[in-house]
Parts: sequence; C-alpha cells; structure tokens
Amino acid sequence: MLGLGILKGLVETARNFLGSYIDKERLVTVQFPEERLPVAEAARNFPFLIYDGVDPEQGLRCVACQICEKECPPRCITIEKSKDKKPDFVGKQQFYPAVFDIDVSVCMSCQICVEVCPFDAIRMDNEFELSTTDRFGGLLWTKEKLARPNEHYEAIHPTEAAEVEARRAEEKAQADAKKQPSTVTQ
Amino acid sequence: MTQVAEDIMEISMGPQHPSTHGVFRMDVRLEGERVLRLKPVFGYLHRNHEKIAESASYLAAIPYTDRLDYLCSMTNNWGYTLAVEKLAGLAVPERAEYIRVIVAELTRLQNHAGMVGFLLQDMGASGTPLMYAFTQREKVLDLFEELSGARMMCNYMRFGGVRVDCSQQWLEATARLVGAFGGFLDEFEQLLTGNEILMARTQGVGVLPRELAINAGVTGPGLRASGVNYDLRKVDRYGVYERFQFRVPLGEHGDVFDRYMMRVLEMRESLKILEQALRDIPGGAIMDPKAKLRGLRPKVGEAYARIESPKGELGFYLISDGSPNPYRYRVRPPSLINLTVLEDMCLGQNIADVVVILGSIDIVMGEVDR
Amino acid sequence: MTLEEIRSRLQSGVPGCQVELVVNGSPSGQNSLLLDRDHGLAAATLLCDQIQLDFCSNVTAVDWPDREKTDKVKTKQMVDGEEKEIEHTIKTRIPGFLEVVYHLFSMTKHLGPVVIRMRTGNRSDDVTLPSLTPIWRSAEFQEREAFDLYGVVFEGHPDLRRILMWDGFTDYPMRKDYVPPPDDELERLREQ
Repeated sequence: MLGLGILKGLVETARNFLGSYIDKERLVTVQFPEERLPVAEAARNFPFLIYDGVDPEQGLRCVACQICEKECPPRCITIEKSKDKKPDFVGKQQFYPAVFDIDVSVCMSCQICVEVCPFDAIRMDNEFELSTTDRFGGLLWTKEKLARPNEHYEAIHPTEAAEVEARRAEEKAQADAKKQPSTVTQ
Repeated sequence: MTQVAEDIMEISMGPQHPSTHGVFRMDVRLEGERVLRLKPVFGYLHRNHEKIAESASYLAAIPYTDRLDYLCSMTNNWGYTLAVEKLAGLAVPERAEYIRVIVAELTRLQNHAGMVGFLLQDMGASGTPLMYAFTQREKVLDLFEELSGARMMCNYMRFGGVRVDCSQQWLEATARLVGAFGGFLDEFEQLLTGNEILMARTQGVGVLPRELAINAGVTGPGLRASGVNYDLRKVDRYGVYERFQFRVPLGEHGDVFDRYMMRVLEMRESLKILEQALRDIPGGAIMDPKAKLRGLRPKVGEAYARIESPKGELGFYLISDGSPNPYRYRVRPPSLINLTVLEDMCLGQNIADVVVILGSIDIVMGEVDR
Repeated sequence: MTLEEIRSRLQSGVPGCQVELVVNGSPSGQNSLLLDRDHGLAAATLLCDQIQLDFCSNVTAVDWPDREKTDKVKTKQMVDGEEKEIEHTIKTRIPGFLEVVYHLFSMTKHLGPVVIRMRTGNRSDDVTLPSLTPIWRSAEFQEREAFDLYGVVFEGHPDLRRILMWDGFTDYPMRKDYVPPPDDELERLREQ
C-alpha cells in the first residue's frame, strides 16, 4: 500500500512523543539554565595557577620556568621571570613569575600547558561562563585572577588531585631520604 | 531568437545558506530548474593550518588537527599521530591501539548519525530525525568528555599512544551505549528507510559511476556506494583492525539512497567492532616508553600515513628536516576531493536535488578549507 | 612491485625519460621517483594504464628556497717558503625550486604508495610543470591549490585559477619567504 512507510514513521514519532511522558529516557531536553546536568570530573575549560596554603603570592607553585609559554600552541601565555628570589611555601628560595598573563580569547583549552608543567603549578578549571562586558582587558587574566588554592583543585578534580598528592608526597619522601644519610653504618 | 537564453539564470547558492554544510558557495547556471553548470567556490574558512603547523612544534599541531574536521576530532588526531609515528619510528602499545579503535569507531557512529540527520533536514524533515540522531550523539560526546576532558576538541592522542587511560567505569558505560545503540538504529530505520518521500527524493538522484569515482579519488562511503570495495581498514590494516570481524557494505547504484544506506550499514558494522574491542581490550601501558612529550626531532625524511576517517581517506604527509618543527605538513582532505565530482553528479538534475546531493557527500568546511 | 621495477619499466616504456630514485631517510621507508618535466605526462600515463595505479591520493607542493652551502677545504700552499695547510671556506649557492609530490595507489590491485616527484627550474620565472589532471581527475582541485598557495603553473589543467584565496590576491602564501600583511592593515587602508 502506498504510504505504509510514512505511516510506520509516524508510529515511530508517536512512540517517541507519547513515550516521553512515561519514560525518562525519551525525555531528553534539559531546561538550561534553570536545570543543569552534572559536569564530568575530567571536563576542562581554562587553566588556573595553584597555590599551597593561604597566601597566593608566597604559596604559588609556579617558578617561571617558561616551559608552558614555549609549548602553548596559540602562544596565549605571557610570563616575565622575576629578578630576585623569594621563599616559597616550603621556605626554599625560588624565582617567581612577575607577570603571568593568559589571554582568554586566544586560549583553546588544549591542556598542553598542564601536561608539560614539571611542578604541577597549572591545572584546568571547568568553569565556562567567562564572558565579561569589559572590552579592554577583561579577557586578559593576570596572575591575581588566575591563582586558586589547592583546595579548589581537590574540589573539582578529586581523583586527579589524589594522584598528584600521592606523587608529590612520594617525591618529597625520596628527596628527604637523600638529604639525611642513613645512620645504620655508625 | 533568445528564447532559450531567457530561461538561463546564474544564481549563487551563497556562503550563508542553511543547507550548504558550512560556508560554501556554488555558482549554478540553471535553465528553468535544471542545472547546466555548477562550480563550487570555497576558501571562506581558510585558516592556513598548514603554515601554522610549520611554525609550531609537532606536539603543538595536535590541537590544531582537532579543528580540521571538527565533528570527528579523534580520527583526525589518529591520522596525524600515525604519520609522526611512521616518520619517527615509534611503536604503540596494545592497550593504546585498542583504545584508539574504540574511540575511532565511536566517532564514526556519531558522525554517521549526524550525517543522516543533516541529510534529512536538508530534504525538509525539519529536524526530527536530526534530533533523534543527536540524542545518541550527545551520549557519545559525554563519553568523550569523561575520557579526554572535552566533548569535541579532544586532543587525546599522543605520539606513541594516548594521553590518559580509560577507567573500568568508562568501558562499562561504553558497553551500555553500544548495547542500546542497536535498538536506536532499528527505530531510526523504521522512521526513515521505508519512507516513500525519502525514496522518491533519493533513488536515482545524483548517480556516481564507478570509473569516475575511482578516477576522481572519491573515498569513503561515497566510493563504496558506487560499488568499489576499498575500505582502508581492510586494505592497509593499520592499528589492530585485522583482529576484528566486520563486513564492508557495498552499494549497487551509486545514488543518494545508496550513500544514505552506506552510513546506516556502517553504523551497524561499527557496533560489531566496538563489541569485539570492548571484550578483548588488554591491560598494560598506554604510551611508548621511548616517546618523549616535548622536543620531538625526527630524522630527516618524509612519511605519508592515511586512515579511514568517517568522511573518507584522511592522509597526512610530513617532511622533516631534523628540526623540532615540520618542514612541510600537508593534510589530504577527503571532503575536498569528494567535492570534485559534485558538478558531474548534479548535471541535469533539478535545483532541489543539488542540496540533497551535497548533503549525501558529507562535507565539513573545516576540512575542505583547512 | 618494487620501486626499482617501476623505474626500469618507465625507462623502457617512455624513451628519453630520466627517472631517479630518491631515498627517504626516515623509518617509514617510502622512497620516491623523481621524474623530469618533459616526460612527466607520458610517464604518468604508463603508470596509470600499465601498472594500474588508478588512484592519485595526494598532490603536495613543497617549497625549497635557495640555500648556501659552506664547505671548509684544506689546501696545501707555499707560504714564506713553507708548505702549510690553509683552510678555505668555499660557499656554493644551491638554487631553489618548487617540487610537486604525487602519492599513487591502486584501488583495483591494492598496491601500496608509489611516490613520484617533479621539480621546477627555479622559484621565480621557470615554474611550469605538466598537469596530471587529464589522467587522474582527483588532482584537479589539489593542483589548483598548489597554484594558489605556491605559484606552480600547471600546463594542461582545465581550469587553473585560485581556489582558497580570493581572486584579487597577488602573493603565494605558503612559500617560505611570504610576509603576511601587518595586523593593522585595515586601519592603514582606511587612513589613506
């Protein structure tokens, strides 16, 4: 019969439409922004700098090695190394970034800066509502705006943060064991 | 007598058009409604990706390859990393190869579902099949987000393996998706394949003869719809594809309906590959231990590698001169080469069929223009 | 069929054709054949008809700018009655050229990549090459792109015009010595 294919198609559309009243699987629309889906743990959008402790200046893990600046594909990171050294969170004298700017409009969230950082100083945030009305400089984020405490990182990426903490604790234990010679041979 | 000349009209189906799959222009000469000549014009999305890659390092070019065929970023990454691995002589561990196959077949699923949806929308179905396809595509993109961090611009593969390992929960979620996808395909086919309007608009329209398809370098589902058995997963046997049992569907007539059925049948074959890969994936490392992340300097030489992306044969040609940047980086875009025969397929057809034929070739302008 | 066999078939099949084997240094092992310009079309016809390489997959243009090679040569000379070895630096100028690389496959026989290359005379006025579009239609758009972005003129191409850049554009963007317009080009044009 001519039209049987169309009728079968209409049965399919009716099944989806009426089924959306009964079956949760068929009702796929999420009424954004009132209703939001949970964000996956690994989701990434824009980088941020980590600091340990409570002081964003002193606890900043970044030592301005400029590796992320070199590897960034669109070159959106600008770093100026400081001329002097200041004590960091554990008291060691380190260089620090006098200027650390990331241009939000250029960054493409590729995460290469995170992969190449040897000090776990830069990680990816998952906030995507970053628009601003400030046309001149609102999208150039400086060091103050980029710094977030380590607790923030643990809150948004718990499993990753646990692995990073375990690795850093192991590295610290190995470094401490090298500094103190074994006293068994006395 | 200028009677015939009065009927001839040259229109430009301009770059801003809801059915041209991106910023794409066609200069069409019509007599009444029949097409006499059709010249495609593109370059509106030309970002000179090849020159950017020449000034960036090998690692920094990977996020740029995501943006070539922006719907299928995982397979673009795989093509590029395969070329660099051939150039530098890196080996990939087994678990990474299985993960690559899994994400590539998931990419194929979501691409073909989207293509069928967009084709139906071009025909006037106002988005209903498109939205049904997109519910499944959203599930695949959610899996990509859990695995690599981003839904579309995944930046997932590295030279010598993949970037992060997939967890057991991710594999189980993928297995649930694959199990439910077959039911979705049955419903989708009930809606579409027997539909008389679809059949009347696509059967016999835009026929591509076999010899022209081979000579013009058409690859992918468009080539197989014309009856040529050439699937790079079976011919080149790259990755671990030779361990999987799957068939290659072939078409008889080479018209739009055959190209539509190609996508549906290939989705079913991808489900078979996914079931086998998820069952057999081994444990182990995911990166080659000799591969370094930064500062890759391959020896002087060149390499050409190609994969079966959902659009066709995606090839990468790299020439290295020993420095950290490639000397010449070339993308062989399947959508651009498939467009060579657009004029041949549209001659003598009505203007309404031009949109349907263009939709069946499945182009993405990010790849055509680079 | 190895590359040497193809080379000997070409040399016997196309009289006067000079075919050179270019060895590839990388682990990929994809060596290529360098054809001369005058017999390119005949050689390609032989490759398509007799060896059945019916699928031209990729057409790439490469820019090799002029290079200066410095060699340090030690020669013996008489200086103040003594024989000494003096080092001279000899600079030779290697002229640049544009190169077009074709990757050929066979769909009917599933043959692997056969790579052929052709080189122009120099980069300024002697930039013509024979077009292989009459043999493989897939080269049509790719040769137009090589013309657009590198300036290689293909003789025998049915429709050679710019494909990616706009029609009034006058430079060749992918060449190594291309200087992009300054970022404030639009403001400067407006001031004029």
